[in-house]
Amino acid sequence: MLHPEMVGAEDTQAIYRDGHRLDHAEGASKPLRSRPEPQPRGAKVHGNRPIDQAEAAARFIASPEHEKMHDERLWDLRQKRDREMHHIPEWEELRSLASAIKEHTLTHLDEYLDQFEARARANGIHVHWARDAAEHNRIVHGILKDHGAKSLIKSKSMLTEECGFRPYMASAGIEVIETDLGERIQQLDKEDPSHVVVPAVHKLRTDVAKVFADTIGTDPDNSDVHYLAEAQREATRPLILAADAGMTGGNFVVAETGTFVVCTNEGNADLSGNVPKLHIASIGIEKIIPRLEHLAVFVRLLSRSALGSPMTQYTSHFRSPRKGGEMHVVLVDNGRSERLGLEEFWTSLKCIRCGACMNTCPVYRRSGGLSYGATYSGPIGLIIDPTFNARKYSNLPFASSLNGSCTNVCPVKINIHEQIYAWRRELVKRHDVPLVKKAAMKAAGELLSRPAAYRVAIASADVALAHLPRFVIYNGLDAWGKHREVPHPPKQTFHNWYKANRGGEQ
Amino acid sequence: MRIGLFVPCYIDAFFPQVGIATLELLERFGHEVVYPRDQTCCGQPMANSGFNTDCAATEALFVRNFSGFDYVVGPSGSCVHHVRDNFDAIEQTADVKEVRSRTYELVEFLHDVLKVDAFPWARFPHRIGLHNSCGTLRRLKHATPSELHEPFFSKPMDLLSKVDGIEFVKPARPDECCGFGGTFSVFEEVVSTKMGYDKVSDHARAGAEYIVSADSSCLMHQQGCAERIGVPLKFIHIAEILNGANA
Repeated sequence: MLHPEMVGAEDTQAIYRDGHRLDHAEGASKPLRSRPEPQPRGAKVHGNRPIDQAEAAARFIASPEHEKMHDERLWDLRQKRDREMHHIPEWEELRSLASAIKEHTLTHLDEYLDQFEARARANGIHVHWARDAAEHNRIVHGILKDHGAKSLIKSKSMLTEECGFRPYMASAGIEVIETDLGERIQQLDKEDPSHVVVPAVHKLRTDVAKVFADTIGTDPDNSDVHYLAEAQREATRPLILAADAGMTGGNFVVAETGTFVVCTNEGNADLSGNVPKLHIASIGIEKIIPRLEHLAVFVRLLSRSALGSPMTQYTSHFRSPRKGGEMHVVLVDNGRSERLGLEEFWTSLKCIRCGACMNTCPVYRRSGGLSYGATYSGPIGLIIDPTFNARKYSNLPFASSLNGSCTNVCPVKINIHEQIYAWRRELVKRHDVPLVKKAAMKAAGELLSRPAAYRVAIASADVALAHLPRFVIYNGLDAWGKHREVPHPPKQTFHNWYKANRGGEQ
Repeated sequence: MRIGLFVPCYIDAFFPQVGIATLELLERFGHEVVYPRDQTCCGQPMANSGFNTDCAATEALFVRNFSGFDYVVGPSGSCVHHVRDNFDAIEQTADVKEVRSRTYELVEFLHDVLKVDAFPWARFPHRIGLHNSCGTLRRLKHATPSELHEPFFSKPMDLLSKVDGIEFVKPARPDECCGFGGTFSVFEEVVSTKMGYDKVSDHARAGAEYIVSADSSCLMHQQGCAERIGVPLKFIHIAEILNGANA
């Protein structure tokens, strides 16, 4: 096969004759180099030590093709979201309504969960309760064992990522096959999802070509998306058809009807839920809504916020097992009750996992989701992750410029940037910040509260240039000047100008 | 009325011309403007990093300096945002609440309080890109952010449109954060500067000669980024243009 650089413009057209070229930057770009840029990997995780998000983000930025594609592709989603939002005159009212429904439900969570359990059981669904990740994995394992199941097809679910479900099942000797294309790519590459909606969004076509070449034997030089998608389908369909059990998550759980709803664009949850006779759904307890009529509010918001499309392609309602089949719902707490008790942070439980905050976040777009080293990345991750482990994720709330765009796009009006700010205070209170930073801030606070000492410290603009950033931005000009020029010092400070031009002391 | 002039620390040290323009501009409208000599900072650098208790003494000093004025006005959105919205390391006495609620950012003060409808002395015949800092845009609500479904308004654009000769150019991502973010610019230096490079490149592509903002901190960061990668842009604070600077 000819290398892409050897193919003329007309030939390139021929290659794409049967399909449509993608219209985003990656789809339109043609590699100029003979060897594709290697895919940057995510944060280095060392046990419980704080994740160095900045270090991983710097590596992502040092891979310019990846950074540019990632930034442009997600910004494209943000723009599509804006366009859809402008088509709905009552958009802001919808957001308020969604927020109010979630707050109401979360403050009456026990009642609605009980109601759901009773209705679901009446519908013939087995309902289980899991306090934490380990219990969730044990329960699912138990169900699979009861049925002698050896293979499980599973649609994308952040909750199971949270529970470390795949590694657990691997150690139990049960094969898990992801049915979501992006998630399958991540599974084959032994990586976590980097985004809650588009899990492999950080990968170039060439990265996917490499993963598939290594795992399912495709042509390593062919990164045509149709070729790759088809090859994956051919490789996975037989596994899906032969699977013993299927697993889905649940986007919404309706208390009134005892049903749950799964939204996907590939229909892959329908494969997981309908092909094998045994269907297990793992669902976080915060996903509950009171009545079916409330669902409409969220369905209108979800896909518009996530991808800028009016609806998900598949919005599937699951009510009861089919004849001869079995349906199980595992309701998982895993720290949610505890979070519900955190006065400043409980409203993060309103999240419907649309990823809009990630798409709009300028830090996330340039860092890649895996730089956060956590199940949840981006703005929502910054406020959820520390609730799981404040020490390990202590750097994350600082990985934000606090610009507030995340709060404005959030369909359920979580005050994300205010919670990021509140987490910084909380982490300082819990002493989960470096001591050197603590000392510097204490010194800055003392200097800035003593005008005479402060005046000596910045006696002239030249002196200020040497000293001011040290206490304004704590560790001086090194980090400032590495990739930026430092400010040009003026002839005199405003203070001295005022003294010279507007008279002596007061 | 008697106005307390709030000149944040980095404007004092690096951008005295912004303090001077703010002072002169407010005086042009016939008000008594006083610069309390003992002012230092609002405390935001510490608070932003989570060290809220370390700003208590600085906040107390701010209140001592600015008590008793009809209004406190400063040419920096993020500092004013801190005073107005997050200034809670000290006990919230009536005096503290009074100072906080009377503290205004220059653009909103001119637009909402003085309701200025002309700057006859001002002329700025240049193509400008307006940079709304995130603090002014989303916290002080200078303008409608592009994320919200709300009728469009922009206070800085409203003021600048009263200046003769200005031509506005619009970048592709008008509200995108430039990456300064206070201590963020140091802790996340690589991401911060990448955001800055992208921001100034976006403005340059749109054809801007000048970047205009109500926040010198964003300008300081963007200028540092533009100079490093050789993007030929000039940077100026909105107070200077409204006070009649012509280049």
